[in-house]
Amino acid sequence: MGNEQSVFFSRVLTELTLSFHIIYATIGVGIPLMIFIAQWIGIKKQDEHYILLARRWTRGFVITVAVGVVTGTAIGLQLSLLWPNFMELAGNVIALPLFMETFAFFFEAIFLGIYLYTWDRFENQKKHLLLLVPVAIGASFSAVFITIVNAFMNTPQGFEFAGGELINVQPIVAMLNPAMPTKVAHVLATAYMTSAFILASIGAFRLLKGSDHQYHKKALFLTMKIALVFSIAAAVIGDFSGKYLAEYQPEKLAAYEWHFETEEGASLLLYGVLEDGNEVKYAIEIPYGLSILAHGNPNAEVIGLDQFPEDEIPPLYIHYLFDLMVTIGMGLAVLALIYVVGVWTKRQFIHSRGFRWLIVASGPLAMLAIEAGWWLTEVGRQPWVLRGLLRTSEAATTNDQVDTMLVLFAGLYLVLGIGSVIVLKRMFRNNPVEQELQDRQEKR
Amino acid sequence: MTYEIIGIAVLWLFLFGYVIVASIDFGAGFFNAYSVWTNKQHILSRIIQRYLSPVWEVTNVFLVFFFVGIVGFFPKTAYYYGTALLVPASIAIVLLAIRGSYYAFTTYGSLRHNGWTYLYGLSGLFIPASLSIVLTISEGGFVNELPSGISLDYWKLFTSPLTWSIVVLSLTSVLYISAVFLTWYANKAGDHLATNLLRKYALIWSVPAIITATGIIVEMRTHNPIHFQRLVDLWPLFGISFLLFISTVYLVAKRMRYGLAFIMLVGQFFVAFFAYGISHYPYLLYPYLTIYDSFTSEGMAVALIVAFIAGFCLLVPSLYLLLRLFLFNKDYVQGNR
Repeated sequence: MGNEQSVFFSRVLTELTLSFHIIYATIGVGIPLMIFIAQWIGIKKQDEHYILLARRWTRGFVITVAVGVVTGTAIGLQLSLLWPNFMELAGNVIALPLFMETFAFFFEAIFLGIYLYTWDRFENQKKHLLLLVPVAIGASFSAVFITIVNAFMNTPQGFEFAGGELINVQPIVAMLNPAMPTKVAHVLATAYMTSAFILASIGAFRLLKGSDHQYHKKALFLTMKIALVFSIAAAVIGDFSGKYLAEYQPEKLAAYEWHFETEEGASLLLYGVLEDGNEVKYAIEIPYGLSILAHGNPNAEVIGLDQFPEDEIPPLYIHYLFDLMVTIGMGLAVLALIYVVGVWTKRQFIHSRGFRWLIVASGPLAMLAIEAGWWLTEVGRQPWVLRGLLRTSEAATTNDQVDTMLVLFAGLYLVLGIGSVIVLKRMFRNNPVEQELQDRQEKR
Repeated sequence: MTYEIIGIAVLWLFLFGYVIVASIDFGAGFFNAYSVWTNKQHILSRIIQRYLSPVWEVTNVFLVFFFVGIVGFFPKTAYYYGTALLVPASIAIVLLAIRGSYYAFTTYGSLRHNGWTYLYGLSGLFIPASLSIVLTISEGGFVNELPSGISLDYWKLFTSPLTWSIVVLSLTSVLYISAVFLTWYANKAGDHLATNLLRKYALIWSVPAIITATGIIVEMRTHNPIHFQRLVDLWPLFGISFLLFISTVYLVAKRMRYGLAFIMLVGQFFVAFFAYGISHYPYLLYPYLTIYDSFTSEGMAVALIVAFIAGFCLLVPSLYLLLRLFLFNKDYVQGNR
């Protein structure tokens, strides 16, 4: 197997691992916050339903955490196994947040273990709730630190090259790179948003499947409110991301937008298809849209792909991923808005079967948007691993057994994926809410 | 003390932590599976599950900490070990995945199936075997640096007696460490049946553990004479380690002070592990990589050490809390809570 093939299979394997891991990672970052909110409301209102909500979410959550630990360990090692040249450089400059991430996770794991096995050990419920704080903080900071590493790959800084040697390394400067604020904020907001929609999906699904219990209604309303807040946040941050890209990674933005010619008053293209290399068809054009997105000014100049050499432009299919991500994100924000306003104004249609099915779809759709977003940003950085410094093709391993490992890991993820679905389904089917509420009442 | 020494000492300490907590975990999984196999499940399973469930993720983090830390402190290891270890490390990941999914599906998800239990138990033996190969490789002679890159000589690796001795050592140590710990734990829980059975396992595995450990030093003589000489120079440390070993076995045999016996055992492994580490100095990979020529930039070294100290201050109280609730809490251990 030649080196080109090693590069190809390394990319496929990394993509596969990350695409699989991000599902569990997103849930792992977002759900602790949801559990915290539910338990807090439960204690405050002395409402058994919210407490039980927290308990049941936790039970599902630990399964996803356990699988997430596995896939996280896999990607952690694979970075060194598949991209040794990249990690050698990264070790010198951006190892700090990677190192801090293990601490954050350590912290999370310890307190999750305690939280999980001490549900009825404390007289004061608030003490038990306090144990969840480090879990939620640890989970979110894991995301912050890892995203910082990813941001660094987009805008590397904090070091200098002199005669092939790295000098003047400043780890903190490397961490506080220009891509960091928008990326970190976007990852966190969308993780909370997606987690809320997934929990909303479950609530809506139970209501559709014949349960008419208050418990599910409360769960649905709570999660939709949270989802609304974070979808708005995600959209606002998305706008900032556009402005960041225009300034620091104009080729990436131009590729997202199929913006070929540098021009003032550039319009924004939505949807459409690309024919014959650079002919856009069937697209919706929003005049001045791109200039506003990029610079907040309808007449601003937006740099196009014509300013970059052919071999430094990312593949143009990423525009479709961009459309997918933005469409889902906006659609879900509107869905949550309609639902929340509908509850406040006591509209009946939000309780209709059709609308509930839409909510059921929201969780999987949000996850699809997460996937599309990561593919978008990762492919959008190509051909670089470290933008402007290290090409993906130069960073991969020279080991020629990557293809076999790809098969091995594909099998592993298949088993883990099917296993988690089966186990989660069984867990909640064998112990429905009504049953558990009854059991708990008898216990008293 | 140079930054290089601090870096490797920190990493070695965490690796030691992993060796102990993971051995307990791996061995427990194996004993659990073995008890299912021999229909003695009623004796062991409860005690093992009770200890393992809250701590397994923490165990895993020790390992992650080590490999993230080593790339941070010694980035060139990513290039050498990363390229050479693609296959062995991938296999270890899959085995670790089996353990993780056992918790996810069986413990948390109550998907009871003996097949999982056996797989889980066996993975506890294969993981130390596959991870210990890294130590073998570090002795040199198996990795070649060619113009096309780094390559690992599998044939030489798997036909070397050193490889297999280290594998056997890892297995016997895992079972020995785990059995001594669980004897103590079972005794704390007041479970006499389990204590007696585990005590028997501890005594059975003590002998092969010490024999293979000694055997490896002898084998080093032919495989890596420089390293062998350095090992011999450190004989007082190995002597102390051996005395601690004798103390542990004595206490366990006399059914006395199981807690102290376990502390002695940790001491035995600590001294031997660090003696081995010191003798390995300054090489990370014979003869290509030393801690000096692979060291990270100075700015990063300082940042990592500061982060480490800060993290450690956060970690120690948390770990203490975890241990207090699940290990030193009589009610929990005895199953009253």
